[in-house]
Amino acid sequence: MQTHTYPRLRAVLLRVAQAIPVVIGVVIISFLLTRALPGDPAVFFAGAAADEASIAEIRVALGLDKPLIQQFFIYVGDLLQGDLGQSISSGQPVASDLANRLPASLELTLTALVLSCGIAIPLGILAATRPGSWVDHLCRVLVTAGVSLPTFFTGIVLIYVFYYLLGIAPSPIGRLDFIYLDPDRVTGFYLIDAALMGDWETWIGAAKQLVLPAITLALFTLAPIARMTRAAMLTALSSDFIRTARAAGLSNRKILYGYAFRNALLPVITTLGMVFSFALGANVLVEKVFAWPGIGSYAVEALVVSDYAAVQGFVLAMALLFVALNLAIDLLYTVIDPRIGFAAK
Amino acid sequence: MTDTSSRRDFLKMGMAGASVLPFLRAMPAAAQGSDTLVVVTGQTINSLDLHRTGTNRPSYQVAVNCYDRLVSFGTKEAPGGGLSYDYDTIVPELAESWTVSDDGLVITFKIKSDATFWDGSKVTAEDVKWSFDRAVSVGGFPSVQMRAGGFERPDQFVAIDAETFQITLDRPSKLSIPDLAVPVPFVINSAVAKANATDDDPWAMEYLHTTPAGSGAFKILRWSPGEQLVYERNDNWVGGPLPAVKRVVLREVPSPATRRALIERGDVQLSFGIPDKDAAELSELEEVDVYSTPIENCIHCLCTNTKFEPFQDADVRKAVAYAVPYEDIFQAAAYGRGAPLWGGEAEINDIAWPRKTQYSTDLDKAREHMAKSGYPDGFEVPLSINLGLASWMEPTALLIQENLAKIGITATIEKIPGANWRTAALVEKRLPLHLENFGGWLNTPDYYFFWAYQEGHLFNSSNYRNDEVEDLVNATLHMPVDDPAYAPNIKRMMEIVLEDLPRIPLYQPALNVAANGSEGYEFWFHRQLDARPLAVS
Repeated sequence: MQTHTYPRLRAVLLRVAQAIPVVIGVVIISFLLTRALPGDPAVFFAGAAADEASIAEIRVALGLDKPLIQQFFIYVGDLLQGDLGQSISSGQPVASDLANRLPASLELTLTALVLSCGIAIPLGILAATRPGSWVDHLCRVLVTAGVSLPTFFTGIVLIYVFYYLLGIAPSPIGRLDFIYLDPDRVTGFYLIDAALMGDWETWIGAAKQLVLPAITLALFTLAPIARMTRAAMLTALSSDFIRTARAAGLSNRKILYGYAFRNALLPVITTLGMVFSFALGANVLVEKVFAWPGIGSYAVEALVVSDYAAVQGFVLAMALLFVALNLAIDLLYTVIDPRIGFAAK
Repeated sequence: MTDTSSRRDFLKMGMAGASVLPFLRAMPAAAQGSDTLVVVTGQTINSLDLHRTGTNRPSYQVAVNCYDRLVSFGTKEAPGGGLSYDYDTIVPELAESWTVSDDGLVITFKIKSDATFWDGSKVTAEDVKWSFDRAVSVGGFPSVQMRAGGFERPDQFVAIDAETFQITLDRPSKLSIPDLAVPVPFVINSAVAKANATDDDPWAMEYLHTTPAGSGAFKILRWSPGEQLVYERNDNWVGGPLPAVKRVVLREVPSPATRRALIERGDVQLSFGIPDKDAAELSELEEVDVYSTPIENCIHCLCTNTKFEPFQDADVRKAVAYAVPYEDIFQAAAYGRGAPLWGGEAEINDIAWPRKTQYSTDLDKAREHMAKSGYPDGFEVPLSINLGLASWMEPTALLIQENLAKIGITATIEKIPGANWRTAALVEKRLPLHLENFGGWLNTPDYYFFWAYQEGHLFNSSNYRNDEVEDLVNATLHMPVDDPAYAPNIKRMMEIVLEDLPRIPLYQPALNVAANGSEGYEFWFHRQLDARPLAVS
């Protein structure tokens, strides 16, 4: 047991260590890029009627009167103490903003991905085993439609049909209708927190709010997963080891799920990782339409007003998330395919 | 009081009696009774303290709803339906009465003796002084707005005794008392604030940012930035008639389409600040009441910058004014909400402002003026718009571009990001031809002229200078409106700028609000929600 865990643990630590230069790079680049943004935050936040003197006062208050290099060291110093700074546009510490909003985005994105996988993977497998059949065509139509309809459009159509016309969906006003109280905060995921409290009313309330935005996002992420599953399955099914298995007279089921699918999973997982990361950033429009207090709309609003601390905090959080995600995916590889050694990476 | 208030507090503070607690979450309908109103808005509130650096405009409503000022404005019928604040009537809020000395320099306020803060302590003149000192000392917008009324230094404010507060002005001004009724000079519980002040933060900016301490009509029950704000009525309010509803839930919903679905379905009772297009379409529905109030003292303008050589030619400016397709712009950009400002009489008989200009779309006249000008063959000019205000600026600019092409002026549309707009248009004043939307809080023409037509002033983005206008504005700015010299001076000012046309008025925009199941909405110059008069209908 020990001999088995140790190399893996060491490999994980090694990967984490490798992430450090990446994070340092991200800190420097995000700092420089935000400074390169057009616009002057001191002028912006002084308000329209401010005069020169009050703008100067605000520049000092924001620390923007200091040389760039000094600002950078102050920023890094704060960062080392875990202080991401204060967002000017939301008026809150960036760390607390992210802590509030990241779980909202993650909850939505993960739910959407689970939903999406639940449809896309079986559909992809069916399409691959019966190429050219009606299932294959259905798969093609569905994914084309899903990817070609912009999310805000799908979102508005779903609201129009299920909320406005049919009245079966709840009011699209965020994570919970105003009548429910936020569950006590443990993870920030309302479904988990409500379940932990045993408060099933709130759980149902939160789940209801989640349905439409999750479907919207799922439709959009269907395409890459279904297409990748289909392609990977086709490759796997036409490979030598499947032919051997068939010749050996193994059952169709065993061949399909035991050998072909397991081998096809690797590219699917890779795609899933990519889809997850872009969905997390790209669900701004879904967030806007459903008033979802997520991280995407937060970052966009911060960018528009040149809110340096918030943009830097967002970029840093995303970078860390990506590092963690890649690590998780690499670990998953070794679970799925024991031939992939960690040491080689 | 942000997310820190526990759910127990929330329930205890009046969400429902303990007996109905277990059912509460299951029965959303029960909470939508006559004591709770749900309001949606597309804007986000980023602070509960107006004086703080970086507090955005939507947050000003907290100063209105949670704090009191010494005085407030009265109420009148608004053009376009519903109610509006009344600039001409000053009513008491925290002050019971006030007197102005004969020379107009000393204003003495008597504070209501039964006025208390939320914590039960009495509102004293000391609190007023501390709050006013704060407003003039913190810099930024609050201090600028205070200066407009002649309040510049703490030594102007004196607490004579617990209930008597005195302001000494450097010069008498008609703007002083109205400037005390704007959201900025609100009265803070100074004992609470001082207890939470630090050496680095003597004005308790950090504390009041998240925890208001006032005497106003509503307290803040919860605030989740980016999501919602919940107001709860202060039953001991003495500043005016007690609000009819116990709670107002303000939800932030960024997508206008979603907000529209919510108000049409009646799941929310008020949708604040809806787009002109939705206002035009919703007003045709039976169950939805739409209030489109033309914003007082606000004009959407096309500005011709005198720094740009062709615009130094009076004929070119007139040609542009005659080329603008006013009606098309009003319909395409404002969907007919607001008030037209073209096709009026050249002769000025009253001092109403904004007013209809003597110009209207007449391409023949425009061509005549171009032919007479120094640029008969036309010229090229960038037409700049603010991307942050693209909803009206973009269609307006396209229509203007099209018509300018007909008189030989080739305009190319330049889109400037919102964060850069102020620097380019207002500070550097470098945009040759651009759209602008200044509106003054204090509703007198001279105040508008002060900001928009005097040289070097912020909203004079055309670099306009006219000696007579300079003198007239200086003379009228602090002059009482009933002074015999006032009206003639104002008329003369209007005559000059409408002849010189550094700003070509297009239309007066409207603030649109849709109600479905609520009544009592009142328009305010600050263009934010006043929750106090709202009631369930």
